[in-house]
Amino acid sequence: MAQVPVEEGVFTWPSDEPRLIGSQCTECDNVMFPTQSGCPKCSSSSTEQIELARKGTLWTWTIQGYPPKSPPYAGNDDPKTFEPFGVGYVELPGQCKVETRLTENDPEKLSIDMEMELTLVPLYTNDDGDEVMTFAFAPTT
Amino acid sequence: MSTDDVAIVGIGMHQFGRSDLSGMDQGVVAVRAALADAGVEWSDMQFAFGGSAAAGKADTMVSKLGLTGLQFINVSNGCATGGSALFSAYNSIKSGMFDLGIAIGFDKHERGAFRVDNSTWYGKSGMALTTQFFGMKINRYMQQYDISTEALDRVSEKAFRNGSKNPMAWRKKPMSLAEIQESRMLSYPLRQYHFCSPAEGGVAIIMCRADKAKQYTDTPIYLKAAAVRSRRFGSFEVMAPHLAPEHGDGPTIDASKAGFEMAGMGPEDMDLAQLQDTESGAEIMHMAENGFCEHGEQERMLAHGETEIGGRFPVNTDGGCLANGEPVGASGLRQVYENVLQLQGRAGERQVPNNPKTAYTHVYGAPGISGVTILAR
Repeated sequence: MAQVPVEEGVFTWPSDEPRLIGSQCTECDNVMFPTQSGCPKCSSSSTEQIELARKGTLWTWTIQGYPPKSPPYAGNDDPKTFEPFGVGYVELPGQCKVETRLTENDPEKLSIDMEMELTLVPLYTNDDGDEVMTFAFAPTT
Repeated sequence: MSTDDVAIVGIGMHQFGRSDLSGMDQGVVAVRAALADAGVEWSDMQFAFGGSAAAGKADTMVSKLGLTGLQFINVSNGCATGGSALFSAYNSIKSGMFDLGIAIGFDKHERGAFRVDNSTWYGKSGMALTTQFFGMKINRYMQQYDISTEALDRVSEKAFRNGSKNPMAWRKKPMSLAEIQESRMLSYPLRQYHFCSPAEGGVAIIMCRADKAKQYTDTPIYLKAAAVRSRRFGSFEVMAPHLAPEHGDGPTIDASKAGFEMAGMGPEDMDLAQLQDTESGAEIMHMAENGFCEHGEQERMLAHGETEIGGRFPVNTDGGCLANGEPVGASGLRQVYENVLQLQGRAGERQVPNNPKTAYTHVYGAPGISGVTILAR
């Protein structure tokens, strides 16, 4: 089965060591995710594309305990088989905090400030039979 | 009272919850109730500001209320729609442009969590949910300021108890701490009964120049401040795929400061407050963000019942969003409606004792917007 990204331009693809693709302001160096034109910090209109750090620390988190409404959610929304998933912000040192799915969904195994690393996870299988991938952060220990 | 003050002289509401009426028609019911409360006719209204998030353009309701040719401006500002309508009405009168007008908010949402219109990777991947933001914000806050899950449960217990004393509330059944603690975990650490639900309802507020208020009512309530603020760089807001590395004050802190400055008052001058309680953690955080306590003090205040109707500083006396649900366009005006009742001594079983003189409202919503009002009699 082939794998395809949930959307082009969100993370490097294909890649064994994926990175999120963001923007950096050419005036004040502020880092944003996903890419955007215009800087919310200094109001500059000039940004350039950068690849973000792969590792960071968990800033805060929750567990998505019920199926999100579909659409827009593209993953499994069947209440009978839905698997809760973690969501958090990971602070990438010197860059920004990115909102992300987490590979861990057990509250006992998540804690603020723990070390995390970017990975890709399957989200759903599309009509062509391809496995659609999105990004998530995984605890490194 | 100074001559350039603005007074509230009539209030009306369509009950929150679920209704067979359209959202718009619930707005019409609220308008007619407000007109009756002020003893005026629709044809007396010189202007209207109104809005809903999901129930249509407010100005089309003139086809039912009367085609009088008045200036009717639609307001669309998410959870701050009602607050923005009120701010606009306030300025229309304060500027001397008009003497008498109305602010209207109504809504009708489908069941379940708010569906967000986001078909990009963000929504597809299962983020873009308001409930996640609230879970993440309170989770970090609880660790930072040592707030227990029991504090969350106490906020919900208080909300449903207050709702049981409010004939206009949606949820009128008190709920025990155990029931709340055993409800389903939705967005850790928040359970089902920590969250409000999207709902339906409508509210209308009639305002006039303060020096004319006694023509309409013996108990005018003065709008001392109405402020709306959007987010600044560094704040932590709902529906944000990324946050800045540094942390800045959120829009609630900014709107609160602006409101107090406009009124020439401070948090210590307020007798009661209605604070955005999308979930019980939000009420806890908003107590401090609006200046009514220090971060972390909420644990003790809740344990001692200080925010109960008979407590030192009552919060969400009508049951808040938790007991009333959240029709986005009407929610901010519901808070004002409740405060007017409290200041006029008309709040019945849930009346705050000792004749409160001042009252505060606060709304918060996507994409990082906050609205505050201060009322005084």
